[in-house]
Amino acid sequence: MSKVRENYVRPLDLKHGRVDMTHGSGGRAMAQLIEELFGRHFDNEFLRQGNDGASLPMPAGGRLVMSCDGHVVSPLFFPGGDIGCLSVHGTINDVAVMGARPLYLAASFILEEGFPLADLAKIVESMAKAAKEAGVPVVTGDTKVVEAGKADGVFITTTGVGVVPEGVALSGDRARAGDVILLSGSIGDHGMAIMAQRESLGFSAPIVSDTAALHGLIAAMLATGADIRCLRDPTRGGLATTLNEIARQSGVGMMLDESSIPVNAEVAAACEFLGLDPLYVANEGKLVAIVAAADADKVLAAMRAHSLGGRAAQIGTVLADDHHFVQMTTGFGGRRIVDWLTGEQLPRIC
Amino acid sequence: MKFVDEFRDGRLARGLAATIAAEADSARRYSFMEFCGGHTHAISRYGVTDLLPANVRMVHGPGCPVCVLPIGRVDMAIELALRHGVILCTYGDCLRVPASDGLSLMKAKARGGDVRMVYSSADALKIAQDNPGRQVVFFAIGFETTTPPTAVVIKQAAALGLDNFSVLCCHVLTPSAISNILESPEVRELGTVPLDGFIGPAHVSTVIGYAPYEFFAEEFRKPVVIAGFEPLDVMQAILMLVRQVNEGRAEVENEFSRAVSRDGNLKAQNLVSELFELRREFEWRGLGLVPYSALKIRHEYSRFDAELRFPLGYRSVADNKACECGAILRGVKRPQDCKLFGTVCTPENPIGSCMVSSEGACAAHYTYGRYKDAA
Repeated sequence: MSKVRENYVRPLDLKHGRVDMTHGSGGRAMAQLIEELFGRHFDNEFLRQGNDGASLPMPAGGRLVMSCDGHVVSPLFFPGGDIGCLSVHGTINDVAVMGARPLYLAASFILEEGFPLADLAKIVESMAKAAKEAGVPVVTGDTKVVEAGKADGVFITTTGVGVVPEGVALSGDRARAGDVILLSGSIGDHGMAIMAQRESLGFSAPIVSDTAALHGLIAAMLATGADIRCLRDPTRGGLATTLNEIARQSGVGMMLDESSIPVNAEVAAACEFLGLDPLYVANEGKLVAIVAAADADKVLAAMRAHSLGGRAAQIGTVLADDHHFVQMTTGFGGRRIVDWLTGEQLPRIC
Repeated sequence: MKFVDEFRDGRLARGLAATIAAEADSARRYSFMEFCGGHTHAISRYGVTDLLPANVRMVHGPGCPVCVLPIGRVDMAIELALRHGVILCTYGDCLRVPASDGLSLMKAKARGGDVRMVYSSADALKIAQDNPGRQVVFFAIGFETTTPPTAVVIKQAAALGLDNFSVLCCHVLTPSAISNILESPEVRELGTVPLDGFIGPAHVSTVIGYAPYEFFAEEFRKPVVIAGFEPLDVMQAILMLVRQVNEGRAEVENEFSRAVSRDGNLKAQNLVSELFELRREFEWRGLGLVPYSALKIRHEYSRFDAELRFPLGYRSVADNKACECGAILRGVKRPQDCKLFGTVCTPENPIGSCMVSSEGACAAHYTYGRYKDAA
């Protein structure tokens, strides 16, 4: 009699195994990868439906917000996070800065043949943990495998859906002269954490990415009932680029005060060393709020009371300016433009 | 940040600004050229000109390594990457310099060229060691500051017996460029560019020392103050220049005494002369052919000279006709005097080289200072 157990399927070798083409072929190997890795970690009632798409209850009232974000960060693991949690935080933040309560996520994985399953498992675990902490389940997903050399380990695209309550209407075109500009904390941490990991640089710095989901902070800000015109998370292109986007969209100018913008000492030093400007370095857990001046103190207090806004600060004001210049009073006492980012300061940051 | 913030102190800056305003003679104008792109960048980024009285004007000089690189040399680098299939390594700023046929190294990379940005010459050498089957060329640009590191890697390559590493040498010399400006008709005969003095190079002077500038002070009767790249250094140097002009002196003074000595870094100088020799002439963007203004690799190390290893010819290529980079690099015109500035020529789509590097006069003015034109 055979000693092989009935219905036994050899489990995925998550220690030494590697992604191969069969994991994306649609056959048993793919089903196994989905079941033993994605299904196990992301587990929720919608994913368990096991269909081609998730069937979700219709939210009552409000408007739907949808956003998607591709993640190609290199290296995949960095101090403070990895591509997994980053792909959850990034999309939740894009939905949340619209004023929405994020509800669901979808995730698409492009895997490169040969990618260690152990690394994939770490990434999926981190992603699942981030989704759980945020209270936003991954309800559907997709996996594709491409030949070795046609990708860089793993790329993850996430899509988020959220609902904006009635009465909340945040938009980049609502900034008005006289409004104030609030920033939730220090800038440049994510970008420089990645930079310090790049092997070609040969320097190390104790910088930790700020990757975090901001919807809790945003909910606290909205709960003040203040007139918040617009929220944005300054990711690629940094604070400078985000402010220029808002200035253009709203047809206004801005004046910043350099000395009020928080920058961690390690980040400032690393930027100095590499000739980078922290204003252009990516963040993954910070937000900018344009707020009616009368409500600034109220919002700032709410931000500072939240764990992700402890160092929130007012960094400038909105001006009438037909040129839509974002300008800054330098700590030195002069004045300069804070322009759009030109070229790429640092590739593959998120 | 220690040892940095001290040189960006706004309170000290206001004090210096008040002294400059008090000492500058309101009956005359002062025009000082900051030779280096590093100074141009500091002046623009920290808003130094906002702290100066209206009769003290800064003229941007040609000391931006990327800006003076002629199109023909970039074409050679692109040819190496696209036609000879080498791994071409270079400093980041070079990637976007516009070359012939609408190309740049960045665009050559998008067409399949293996172009890699490095932070130091040592990275290029490492790439050569890691890719023994490929030819690796370091596109070496810059003034005296970046020359010693290039010399070091050529020596290391020789010691390692690396036969897949070579250097496309485009190193240029600061004193030759200053002479060229001072000898130009606009400055010497026509007087259309009034120059009352120079802020001398910071990092270059750490290598060559300040003795080489004594000739300019004496021969052309122009004061030179060597200054660091921090904004307070620049302010202090401007005050020293104002004082020299007021007192009718034309001397070399050293504001950057924390890093620069009269003789400079002799070890680096010896290394450079061991590895390099003068070119009879070299084309500079903006200045044209300048005699004895650049370096080439010495015969003993010629096997590391990419110009000899690969069949490369140099072809001089003219700038866009409307581009004023040449006049801007010589201080004859200001960026905002150029018709292309801010219209067809922007940092995203540079036509001229001064719009490429953040140290270039046009890019610095566009990025940091153009609100002044709108006012």
